[in-house]
Amino acid sequence: MAEPLSFQRMILTLHDYWADKGCVILQPYDMRMGAGTFHPATTLRALGPEPWNAAFVQPCRRPTDGRYGENPNRLQHYYQYQVILKPSPSDLQNLYLGSLAAIGIDFTKHDIRFVEDDWESPTLGAWGLGWEVWCDGMEVTQFTYFQQMGGFDCKPVAGELTYGLERLAMYIQNVDSVYDLAFNDQGVTYGDVFLENEKQMSKYNFEVADTETLFEGFRKAVAECENCLANNVPIAAYEQAIEASHLFNLLQARGVISVAERQAYIGRVRDLAKGSCEAWIAHMTPTWQAKYPEWTV
Amino acid sequence: MSAQDFLLELRSEEIPARMQEKARADLAALFEARLQALNLPFERIESYATPRRLALIVRGVAEMTAAASEERKGPRADAPAQAIEGFLRSTGLSREQLVERDDGKGNKVLFAVIDRPGIVAGSVLASAITGAITAFPWPKSMRWGAASSSTESQRWVRPLQGIIALLGDKLVPVEIAGVKSASVTVGHRFHHPGGITIGSAADYIEKLRACHVIVDGAERRNIIALGAKMAAQKAGLTLIEDDGLLYENAGLTEWPMPLLGRFDEAFLDVPPEVIQLTARVNQKYFVCRDSAGKLANAFVCVANIDAADGGEKIVEGNQKVLAARLSDARFFYETDLKTRLEDLTPKLEKIVFHEKLGTVADKVDRVAKLARWLAEQGVVKADPDQAERAARLAKADLVTGMVGEFPELQGLMGGYYAAAQGEPAAVAEAIRDHYKPVGQGDEVPTAPVTVAVALADKLDSITAFFGVDLKPSGSKDPFALRRSALGVIALILDNGLRFPLAQSVSKDVLDFFADRLKVQQKEAGVRHDLIDAVFALGGEDDLVRLLARVKALQSFVTSEDGRNLLAGYKRAANILKKETWAPGEVADNEIYEAEPAEAALREALDIAEPKAEAAVEAEDYEAAMAALASLRAPIDKFFDDVTVVDPDEFKREMRLSLLARIRDAVNNVADFSKIEG
Repeated sequence: MAEPLSFQRMILTLHDYWADKGCVILQPYDMRMGAGTFHPATTLRALGPEPWNAAFVQPCRRPTDGRYGENPNRLQHYYQYQVILKPSPSDLQNLYLGSLAAIGIDFTKHDIRFVEDDWESPTLGAWGLGWEVWCDGMEVTQFTYFQQMGGFDCKPVAGELTYGLERLAMYIQNVDSVYDLAFNDQGVTYGDVFLENEKQMSKYNFEVADTETLFEGFRKAVAECENCLANNVPIAAYEQAIEASHLFNLLQARGVISVAERQAYIGRVRDLAKGSCEAWIAHMTPTWQAKYPEWTV
Repeated sequence: MSAQDFLLELRSEEIPARMQEKARADLAALFEARLQALNLPFERIESYATPRRLALIVRGVAEMTAAASEERKGPRADAPAQAIEGFLRSTGLSREQLVERDDGKGNKVLFAVIDRPGIVAGSVLASAITGAITAFPWPKSMRWGAASSSTESQRWVRPLQGIIALLGDKLVPVEIAGVKSASVTVGHRFHHPGGITIGSAADYIEKLRACHVIVDGAERRNIIALGAKMAAQKAGLTLIEDDGLLYENAGLTEWPMPLLGRFDEAFLDVPPEVIQLTARVNQKYFVCRDSAGKLANAFVCVANIDAADGGEKIVEGNQKVLAARLSDARFFYETDLKTRLEDLTPKLEKIVFHEKLGTVADKVDRVAKLARWLAEQGVVKADPDQAERAARLAKADLVTGMVGEFPELQGLMGGYYAAAQGEPAAVAEAIRDHYKPVGQGDEVPTAPVTVAVALADKLDSITAFFGVDLKPSGSKDPFALRRSALGVIALILDNGLRFPLAQSVSKDVLDFFADRLKVQQKEAGVRHDLIDAVFALGGEDDLVRLLARVKALQSFVTSEDGRNLLAGYKRAANILKKETWAPGEVADNEIYEAEPAEAALREALDIAEPKAEAAVEAEDYEAAMAALASLRAPIDKFFDDVTVVDPDEFKREMRLSLLARIRDAVNNVADFSKIEG
């Protein structure tokens, strides 16, 4: 094998690969979110009859996973590479394996497995069947056929690939700490870019974030979502659902949400997400049915 | 006409490992039912599953179904037109096709003769394939691809990729979800990604083997079992066998290659159960023991490829993953050790046990009081302070990081943490084992403090849920109270606890225990009629005594004395029933003289009755049975020599009352009328 790809080169390679397969290459969504699936290009575009093929990097924030930069495998901020293909192509597994080959994984020496892992997002009212893809026992990708989103059947079903970029890069570069990853080919490491960020943000998430402000923010996001729904701007409504979801995650990290309350908060976010999806479908149905007369909710 | 073999392969994207065995059996069962319903004879069905295919071979399929002819009687030829039309509609024939026959009374009656020619096997099989796929009972199934624009599109466990359907060497044409049957499949995903043409059922398994696919799951399991054992042996270790892992790994591989890897010895500071669970649950690895019987710093993973470098990179990768997992586990363990268990208990106030029964903290409080009471009352010979202490700490591990990560380690981790913070061994052990026994066959605690806490925990759940009327009913037992009851029964019986349950629980809980005990004893092979015979006595709430009686009865009724006594008892009871005898006043007959056999029986009863009674009192049921056994010979002699139903009213009365004494003496030990035979 040639020199292993740097972190950024790996991303560029994936961009090239999926662009060649007909994907729209998007840039990250400019909001804080817990997973690439929250990106409207996934959530909202998974609904409706129109074909949609997109690939993008999405920064993800998981406040409770912060480890102050001290754990070599856990981060409160990391990157996911998302591919969404609708309808799911019949050779999706091979397309995916092609992308692994492109970033330098040699199938004659590594053990790739598709291990059952059904995906469910209680906050998005979404579920799908699929696998976690293992490379030598390490989960490198979540591979899902969306069945429902926001409580609505996906018609047609979209295939979603979520690559854990840091893990994959650690694997390819054979390093034991995420901070030792070569970010580029000129000696900049992942640690140079993000270590200080992890330290400060872990402290903020766990110790500093003002809980009153967070609670207030949550309430405001809920109200604003309802305002948007009342005024028939479902994309804007959905953004407020994303915001509420992240504020809830921060409140969790601050340890101020009791076990009993937790379900209620998740239910609240789910209602916002579902409401946004419902409004999105209602808003788009005339357009969709003009192009696809057969299609119904 | 010659029989042929039929091959079906349903190829899909990876089928979850846990579903494969059942899917294989379901496919065979569906096919068998369909071929039988369609009258197509065959010899037998074999079925196979790998991650990427379900396969089925039907051996000896007949060329066609048997032809059949059916006659249906219709209305008379002169019946109203409406009636005839109705008959035509129901048979699908025209008037000209009907046959007229004389009914022997001079009437012409219409008959429809319907010939059903044999159907060729190919078309029967095609319909069976479609039927089986449509009706397949996957636990979870999905839609995919462009067809999923409709929610009515064909569902399968994962996208269906190919169908092979060959009868002999001929293709059986079917099309399902846009997939047309063919004779081409694929081999191992990486070793042989190209197409393979299958000739017939005869070469299917071997052709795939040549392309790195072992079709038979049992063979893959053997390869893994043997390979993993050898890999451990080569490293001087012993594999810890695990059937669940064997099935799981066989369900994740088409070409299994067991490989041994190592982890840093420093991780062995973490409890071995944690290491084993991390390896098994997260990574599906086997673990090994060293020659001293201790967990070794090695694991066996099962790759799905014969790697070009012998598996070096694969082992390296897996070692890294496990190391990261174990670091996490160690982090949880070390973090947990920093907090004393009693400091965690406030968190239990925030966990709802059940909406009607308060929090886990409330439950802990009840269990602690009950455990102390059991010890103070002497039901369990445990130190009351230790019993209460253990109960108060027993649930604290529920809020530790480790149990949050691995819920199945509840109890066990509490035990480790208790020992680490210096609790007495008996307390730590009680915390560790207080959930036991979990299900039949699980180890039943015997250490007194453990028994007190285990018993209190289960009794509390049962009485608490019964108290708010959340009892098990039918197949519904959401709080596993039946299992708890069996746990209570096992704890009482195995430890010989003298615990009059009626003092502590309500009537319905007591009946619930009686029911469970019956079920448990039946499952243990005790004759149900003997159980009924003892339970019919009623009023017994001491399980140890109850069971001792059942046991004594069982050995007694299977002995010759027992069998004969039972026969004598039944004869006596039958006569009494027939004569509708009830004790009454009968004028004394001065001249009555008992016959010798009669006098002998009375004498025997005079001796046996108090003996049996005393023995029952002393809970010596063997002795009670022995006392009854002494009646056997006098009873037999009595029936041989004496006419019970004598015309003389007084004699009859005396003899019937003697029979009543036999019946009552026997029933005092067990209700023999419930015993069969």
